Amino acid sequence: MTAFIHHFAFEFKTGLRNPTLMLMNYLFPLGFYALMGAVMIPINPGFAEVLIPAIVIVAVMVSTLLGLPGPLVEAREAGIFRSFKINGVPALSILSIPALSTIFHALIVSTLIALAGGPLFKAAVPSSWPSFVWITLLTAFTFGSIGALIGVIATGSRSTVLWSQLIFLPSMLIGGLMVPLSLLPESVRSLSGLLPTSYAMQAYVGYAYGQATIFDPGISALVLGTSGVLAFALAIYLFNWDSQNRARRGHPLLALLSWAPYVVGIFLV
Amino acid sequence: MNETVVSILDFTKKYGDFTAVNGISFEVRRGEIFGLLGPNGAGKTSTLECLEGIRQPDGGSLSALGVDPSRAPRRLAGVIGVQLQTSGLPAEMTAREAMKFFCAYHGVASREDLLERLGLQEKRNTQYHQLSTGQKRRLALALAVAHNPQVIILDEPTAGLDVASRAELHSLMQELKEQGATILLATHDMAEAEKMADRVSILLRGRIVATGSPRELTATGSGYTKISVRSENSVLHGNDAAIPAVSQKAVKEEYAIYFSADPGLTVTAVLEFLKSREDKLIDLRVERPSLEERFLEITTEGGVR
Repeated sequence: MTAFIHHFAFEFKTGLRNPTLMLMNYLFPLGFYALMGAVMIPINPGFAEVLIPAIVIVAVMVSTLLGLPGPLVEAREAGIFRSFKINGVPALSILSIPALSTIFHALIVSTLIALAGGPLFKAAVPSSWPSFVWITLLTAFTFGSIGALIGVIATGSRSTVLWSQLIFLPSMLIGGLMVPLSLLPESVRSLSGLLPTSYAMQAYVGYAYGQATIFDPGISALVLGTSGVLAFALAIYLFNWDSQNRARRGHPLLALLSWAPYVVGIFLV
Repeated sequence: MNETVVSILDFTKKYGDFTAVNGISFEVRRGEIFGLLGPNGAGKTSTLECLEGIRQPDGGSLSALGVDPSRAPRRLAGVIGVQLQTSGLPAEMTAREAMKFFCAYHGVASREDLLERLGLQEKRNTQYHQLSTGQKRRLALALAVAHNPQVIILDEPTAGLDVASRAELHSLMQELKEQGATILLATHDMAEAEKMADRVSILLRGRIVATGSPRELTATGSGYTKISVRSENSVLHGNDAAIPAVSQKAVKEEYAIYFSADPGLTVTAVLEFLKSREDKLIDLRVERPSLEERFLEITTEGGVR
């Protein structure tokens, strides 16, 4: 437990000390929030209905997809995991503690977003705060697991950016964040079913706001959670201590298995 | 003292078609400092990294205190302390945090006294990326010994250290040895190996070509002692008078240099010769072959035992 506390405390402080992580964890999400609240709502007042969950998901995505994988890849390349291994730091801690501390930063920002949305931008607040909390935790867990998985399979900083943006950009465009799924053409909506944000938004809208949804919110939460568990399990399985060590337990493309719930989800919802 | 704590038997390591280590065997006894010497690419680091559990061997067996690195890596981490040749710590981690962090994983109290001992007290709150190369090496050493391991593996520990840090490291190694620790030391520094190691093995192209104490190894070489003589009138320079037991003579600057198989006989003859020619001795140096010379001899021979 002492080791966990020291490790978590260090990772949490790193999220504040490292300028890039500070940007990803706090400055970018809060800046984006301020921009969307101040500019988007006057243009499109309907956006106030989903401002809080949409920006919470963006904050979680920025921290976990853009912030988490890079340091994991750099640590492996710099031989830091070798130092950890010879000192008995388990692989589970190496992956789970940075993911947890990233999630913790994302939850701090999410709290600020949720509490400030009403007073600052007249955004709609959740009708069920408990539901809002558990969906936020579920979303953060799933994206944290995906971020850890990218950190494990990416071979360098370029491929880290590629994998992260492959999820981040489509999610921003057709993942139900900026444009509701109901306004998307049918063909595009099918593609949206491949993105975790679509399920997270549907779970928020259905459970936390008690409004009608396109996808079944229960199935959405199930798909999201299953993907998160699969992604984390695959991250542990595919974890490699050392970039110089070519022996690994499975091919990195196995990571695509974590997307199976979304493929199935398209047919379920 | 004779109990074997590190055992390496028929160990082989390959990288694709290249065999980096080819069936080597050696043992390290409790309480000794064992040096693993060899030129770059000889297989030292591959051997140590398999023993540390960082890489998997392709043949043979390795163990430290009976623990197989590939089967029980967590247990191994508790009994060995390792300073890797190439490793790192998170850039934002301070020296003090690193000490607390690794001690916590080893289940022991933080050893900040080691930071002081290795001259890092003033840098304890400095982040890793702001430390100099020497400070990073010293921190790595402090972390390696913080949990009082019974076996300590040091891979090029003095690389990048200044003279004072090097002396402090040697003193710490000696202290750890006196406390009962066994040290496996890989180094390029022959003077360090000669000074610190009880026994050494010389690795060349993945094979062990010599093993023994530094004194034994130097004695099994050509066996010639270097005798340098400088006299007032330099009568030895042009003189081919038969000096006994000399295999080779050279003149360098103001010195006549003899390579002798029997230094006692040669020195006596040289002094008698100077006296007979009424010359006055200014300087006389007798140097036995160093481990470095023996190492060069072995590696130049191409690995013939």
